[in-house]
Amino acid sequence: MKTEEPNKSGPDEGRPFAGLEPPGQEQYLHCIRCGACDSVCPTYRQSLRETHSPRGRLFLARKVLEGETEFTPNLIDQMYSCLSCEACAEACPVGLRPAELALELRRLDQQLHPARWKDLLFNRFLKNPALMSAGLWPLRLYQLLGFRAAARALNLTGLLPDQVRDMEGMLPPIPGRTGRHLIPRSTPNQGEPCGRVVFFLGCAQNLLFGRSSEAAVRVLAENGYQVLTPPDVLCCGMPALSYGDWRSLTDLARHNIARIENLKAETIVTDCATCGATLKAYGRYLEHDPDWAERARNFSAKVRDICEFLAAVDLKRPRRPLTGRVTYHDPCHLGRTQGVRTQPRKILQQIEGLEFVEMKEPDRCCGSAGTQIITNYEMSMGVLDRKMDNAAEVEPDFIATGCPSCRMQLTTGCRRRGLPAEVVHPVELLDAAYRDSENGK
Amino acid sequence: MALDQRIIKRLETAVGKKHVLTSREDLLCYSFDGTFAESLPDAVVEAGSTEEVGAVLELSYKEGFPVIARGMGSGLAAGTVPYGGGLVLSLTRMNQIMEIDPDNMTVTVQAGMITGDLQTEVEKQGLFYPPDPASLKHSTIGGNIACNAGGPRCLKYGVTGHYVQGLTVVLADGRSIRPGGKTIKNVTGYNLIQLLVGSEGTLGVITEAMLRLIPLPTQVRTAVAAFARLEDAGLTVNAILKAGLLPATLELMDETAVACIEEDRHLGLPLDQEAILIIEADGFAEDVVRREIEAMAGLCRDNGASEVRVAQDSKERNELWRARRSVSPALARQAPNKLGEDISVPRSRIPEAVRRLKDISAKFGLPIVIFGHAGDGNLHPNILFDRRDEDQWRRVQEMVEEIFRTALELGGTLSGEHGIGTMKLPYLENALGRVSIQVQQRIKQALDPKGLLNPGKALPSESIM
Repeated sequence: MKTEEPNKSGPDEGRPFAGLEPPGQEQYLHCIRCGACDSVCPTYRQSLRETHSPRGRLFLARKVLEGETEFTPNLIDQMYSCLSCEACAEACPVGLRPAELALELRRLDQQLHPARWKDLLFNRFLKNPALMSAGLWPLRLYQLLGFRAAARALNLTGLLPDQVRDMEGMLPPIPGRTGRHLIPRSTPNQGEPCGRVVFFLGCAQNLLFGRSSEAAVRVLAENGYQVLTPPDVLCCGMPALSYGDWRSLTDLARHNIARIENLKAETIVTDCATCGATLKAYGRYLEHDPDWAERARNFSAKVRDICEFLAAVDLKRPRRPLTGRVTYHDPCHLGRTQGVRTQPRKILQQIEGLEFVEMKEPDRCCGSAGTQIITNYEMSMGVLDRKMDNAAEVEPDFIATGCPSCRMQLTTGCRRRGLPAEVVHPVELLDAAYRDSENGK
Repeated sequence: MALDQRIIKRLETAVGKKHVLTSREDLLCYSFDGTFAESLPDAVVEAGSTEEVGAVLELSYKEGFPVIARGMGSGLAAGTVPYGGGLVLSLTRMNQIMEIDPDNMTVTVQAGMITGDLQTEVEKQGLFYPPDPASLKHSTIGGNIACNAGGPRCLKYGVTGHYVQGLTVVLADGRSIRPGGKTIKNVTGYNLIQLLVGSEGTLGVITEAMLRLIPLPTQVRTAVAAFARLEDAGLTVNAILKAGLLPATLELMDETAVACIEEDRHLGLPLDQEAILIIEADGFAEDVVRREIEAMAGLCRDNGASEVRVAQDSKERNELWRARRSVSPALARQAPNKLGEDISVPRSRIPEAVRRLKDISAKFGLPIVIFGHAGDGNLHPNILFDRRDEDQWRRVQEMVEEIFRTALELGGTLSGEHGIGTMKLPYLENALGRVSIQVQQRIKQALDPKGLLNPGKALPSESIM
């Protein structure tokens, strides 16, 4: 790990950030500032300010990388105001990825100004599952991440009253038992054996939505798969990535690859959009590590989101019809990042009695992006309100989405608006339709 | 001239503290538009109403600082780059529809509304606002009017200016006028609306517009024709128009443009052909529109098209248009910089214009990609280059001069729909003549006596009288 310490001897002459790992000029040089990304960016559409747009962020990144402006706290803040929804990359006719560049700048910031709280959080906390579950981690995590904004303002209690309310509204009732306690290491297949899969249980699913992951495992087993759920995997690394801490990210990746490789499964399934996106990118994160590049590539190639996996197999027919109307929200990390859009819809449409209705702009970011409710509260709520306008219009009983972060945000949205809809994972509905009664739910 | 704290305070009183931006990061983000030009403003204000714009301009007039009105900054002539500093006046917060009047078929909108959003809203009521600049999803109505934006559909439907029936304009001293209104005919007084259309923020700041709408065509058919010879595509354009057919669009793309699209979108367009035409027919009767598109397809074949395909469904059609709109930015894949020109020639001269542009490219050894609205004679030759290479940059400047000379020799003009901004300013006198420039400078003097509205744009600021 010591070898990855940034070179503190200072930048080489004429080239800022030499000795560090600044993003290459191919990530910005060809931007012709057409503005196509602005029109799809949720933060721009909310603030209508160029500084909160992909084009603006990319321009700032370029200026700082070319040594024409300082790497100021305000500039870094703009890199953190990005929701990483990747809508800009989809719109860019040149093929640039401004949201990824913002992540790169966060990484550079972390290399230049290593923050103690990040080391504490990502290097110690995230690598210790016992500490995390013991500590009711979401509250701790959010508190810790909130330090960034709070410390800057030198006003720890500077949160707005509405913000505190909305933050509380985000959290589901903290379950008595985590997913790790609910899901055995090995779950036998029901009926005809179809194969063996590893289920990657992510932190948020484990700690907040354990019952939902339990349902996911049950659905896999119901369809003939033996499910191995290794209890000793660690956080996928996304929180570390979003805060620019690549050392922790790659440490976590190596750990998870080593644990799961041993199990010799054909497929690695996860029910968390963010974990899926991160696991699928391990190959890229470790591409420059000669000992791990190939292992990481092989690992990433086996990863599937649970809806992606289920939609590709001959799914067992649900027994029990459900009632109600369901709409679907595309998590950015699933729809845009992984290209999994049709599969969750297909699953929902297979459930008898459930009326599937598409909302407007289903793939527009909900504004959560992990911790934006703390770090960019007003922006996050503005983006959420637009999402809830669209959701409320179709009067759903269920809003299905396969990402715990979106799920918390949409739950907040339902409460803010008084929308009587239940926010669920699509596979939970399938699980309910598989069972004759509501037992165990 | 820097804006001192006292002026900043006054601006904060006018528009609210939150909407006056002075951090270096904010200023950097308002230092550019859709070109490679850059220059830092002294401050940015985000106005929320005509009254706020009035207060800002009144202050500017009193204190003598320049104001550069800006929409989404997608302009292609450096028209909103704040050379020499000053105050950037952003109008993006003013993005509401004030009224849709289905009886009189008008819509009244604030200047900062995105054109594509406006179209979506009026189309819900079966109404149509035709102007369709490629940037329609990331440019504003105010910016479109200030540059008299065009687009593919202008061949049949006309440009932005043809749809402006009323305006609210804040003058240099902060007072406002509202020329035009809901009447279709109006010869009461000088036509100030058409004076302000295309004025690039140099005569006043447009804050609201009343736009004429027409019924939304219910039938659209699109065809793509490929030509082994670029000149045949040019000849086909005239053949179609002379045959008494009026397509909604007649778009030309040369092989480099097609290759760029294919790299990005994989639509299966032919890569071994010199040019393609995208042709669209629209209307209200299904059989009429079908017959028209078939007749146009037939004329393409008669004039040497190697392949003609009619889009089978709206998905194929939308893909094609999305691709066409992305051509200009997608060229950036090929080189770090591109300079997109906007010449307009009488359409009978299109084949000759295309040939001479190719000659210029060969002479200077830098690629020129040609695409544009062949049906109305408006072409976008794009020079691909690397600005960091001094020699290339010098050649680019010489090429631009020759492109403009060519356009004028063919009876055309410098800009069809982008505007003059600063980038075409040196060539203006050649295009317009001395007397015309003098007349325009007097108009400018009358409306902006202190020269504070977007100074140095659209018209030479030094008097040539």
